[in-house]
Amino acid sequence: MKTIHRTLLTAIAAAALAACSSVKLDDAAPVESRTGSAVVAGNTGAANGGAATSQTRVASVDVSNTNATTLSSLPRVVYFDYDSYVVKDEFRPVIEANAKALSSNQTKHMAVEGHTDDRGSSEYNLALGQRRAESVVKSLTLLGAAPAQLEAVSFGKERPAVQGEGEAAYAKNRRAELASR
Amino acid sequence: MLDRRQFSFAAGLGLVAPSAFAQFRVEISGVGATQLPIAIARFRNDDQGGSSPSAVIRADLERSGAFKIVDSAGNLDETTAPNMAEWRSRAADALVGGSVSRLADGRYDLRFKLWDVVKGSDLGGQSAAVDAAELRLAAHRIADFVYEKLTGDKGVFSNRIAYVTKAGPRYTLRVADADGENGQVALNSGQPIISPAWSPNGKELAYVSFERQKAVVFVHNVATGERRAIADFRGSNSAPAWSPDGQHLAVTLSRDGGSQLFVIGKNGESPRRLASSAAIDTEAEFSADGRWLYFTSDRGGGPQIYRMPASGGNAERVTFGGNYNISPTVSPDGRTLAYVTRAGNAFRLSVLDLSSGGAQPVAITDSSDDEHPSFAPNGRLLIYATKAQGRSVLMTSTLDGKIKARLPSQTADLREPVWGPYGR
Repeated sequence: MKTIHRTLLTAIAAAALAACSSVKLDDAAPVESRTGSAVVAGNTGAANGGAATSQTRVASVDVSNTNATTLSSLPRVVYFDYDSYVVKDEFRPVIEANAKALSSNQTKHMAVEGHTDDRGSSEYNLALGQRRAESVVKSLTLLGAAPAQLEAVSFGKERPAVQGEGEAAYAKNRRAELASR
Repeated sequence: MLDRRQFSFAAGLGLVAPSAFAQFRVEISGVGATQLPIAIARFRNDDQGGSSPSAVIRADLERSGAFKIVDSAGNLDETTAPNMAEWRSRAADALVGGSVSRLADGRYDLRFKLWDVVKGSDLGGQSAAVDAAELRLAAHRIADFVYEKLTGDKGVFSNRIAYVTKAGPRYTLRVADADGENGQVALNSGQPIISPAWSPNGKELAYVSFERQKAVVFVHNVATGERRAIADFRGSNSAPAWSPDGQHLAVTLSRDGGSQLFVIGKNGESPRRLASSAAIDTEAEFSADGRWLYFTSDRGGGPQIYRMPASGGNAERVTFGGNYNISPTVSPDGRTLAYVTRAGNAFRLSVLDLSSGGAQPVAITDSSDDEHPSFAPNGRLLIYATKAQGRSVLMTSTLDGKIKARLPSQTADLREPVWGPYGR
């Protein structure tokens, strides 16, 4: 029953995503003019969840709600020490639960998104976050997930979990998040 | 051609000169700044087109670090014969006057003349008929004319800059005049945008956008808004840097695992891996002669700057001072490296003379969150991001750090600045 429910939600999500992806970025009209032009790349649905235009409103709301539901049963964040990409023992349950979910459903895909605190350059942090994401992917595959089910990506310092400075904030931002794709 | 030795240089400026006109706050620090005293008089009908060309020129020249602005009262147009004795008594070595006139077709005729006060001679002038919207640009071109005439170097004030603003959840890639004014939107997104890079012809911007929920490298035609993803491989795609001929870009890709350097065609064709390391290799930038790639790598433990032949090959380490050096940018003449160094908890813009072996790096700011330096194409100024009062702002600085100016901003965070090439 639960599986059926989840499958249904996934189908709705897929339909919503498909509707969403039919809204081409370019539809927002790169109008040429001497004073420059704008291309609106936001509101692509999925994890955006922000203010939606009339073009994308329905799809956007559906997708974010559905994602929240499917993810709720699994822990999805791994935190790291300063300047480290070692997955600590205390996060082994997170890895195990997600690896099990992946190995029991080969059609399931996840992105592992690496994040850093906000000190240093955007690009070097992007690479540090990538290293964290790849470290989590490696742990998941060691526990039975197939490499093709996983993609390691990074947001570097661009998407902090919490704002602010100081070690308490930095520690919450040095993380990898597992997201269904 | 003017011999710059004919001017008496003002030396020993040790004070902060408040800028009476500019939207900039220009900080002058230290002694020994070699600056030429120049007066930019108010033009006749200066405000007629809605912006004051003389104020724009004054701010540009002051920000360049090469000039000391001498106060001037009253208007002076290009047809008047200035009283040189009077200007000499005000210690001005050069003088600019001009005028704005509205034409029958609604455009404005902007004229100016530059004089050598010491010799009492006319150094030339120009006129341009422009729309009101282009008056500022025309004024920047006058600043470039004056700068080149008096220093021998090309001016960079009519060039454009690109940067990213963040306001709430919105990220915007903007293109603006070199003084940060007249900003126009190239791209709006609900997801981060980082690492803009101008194509050598100034027509396109490469950048990293997260609009596909991961880092993807795009190339974007600024005039038309046409854009294409040139690197959207599995994993992260980032850190675009144009080759000097505009045909290729160096990028950082994680498609084979790790963050590694590749070169890829400008339309995304034939990606080729440049090096194989177990470490992070990223933030590549070509030297202007196309021979070298400078980049950040942590192959030695902490991040340092290395360089290797642009076609790949053995890397050599370039920075040795400190244990954390990132974000390299090389001057167009290949003699100076600018980058960000971490000392304690402070991230500071530093410069290193590459032309003499064993030179020591010099930190040129006393701020603590400097990021993303980019050379002006004449190699005389750097633009970078830093934090002030908790917000991210853009600054320009001379290479010795003595003359700094903060670009205007309202409420958004400004980041990732890059100075555009000549021509627009």
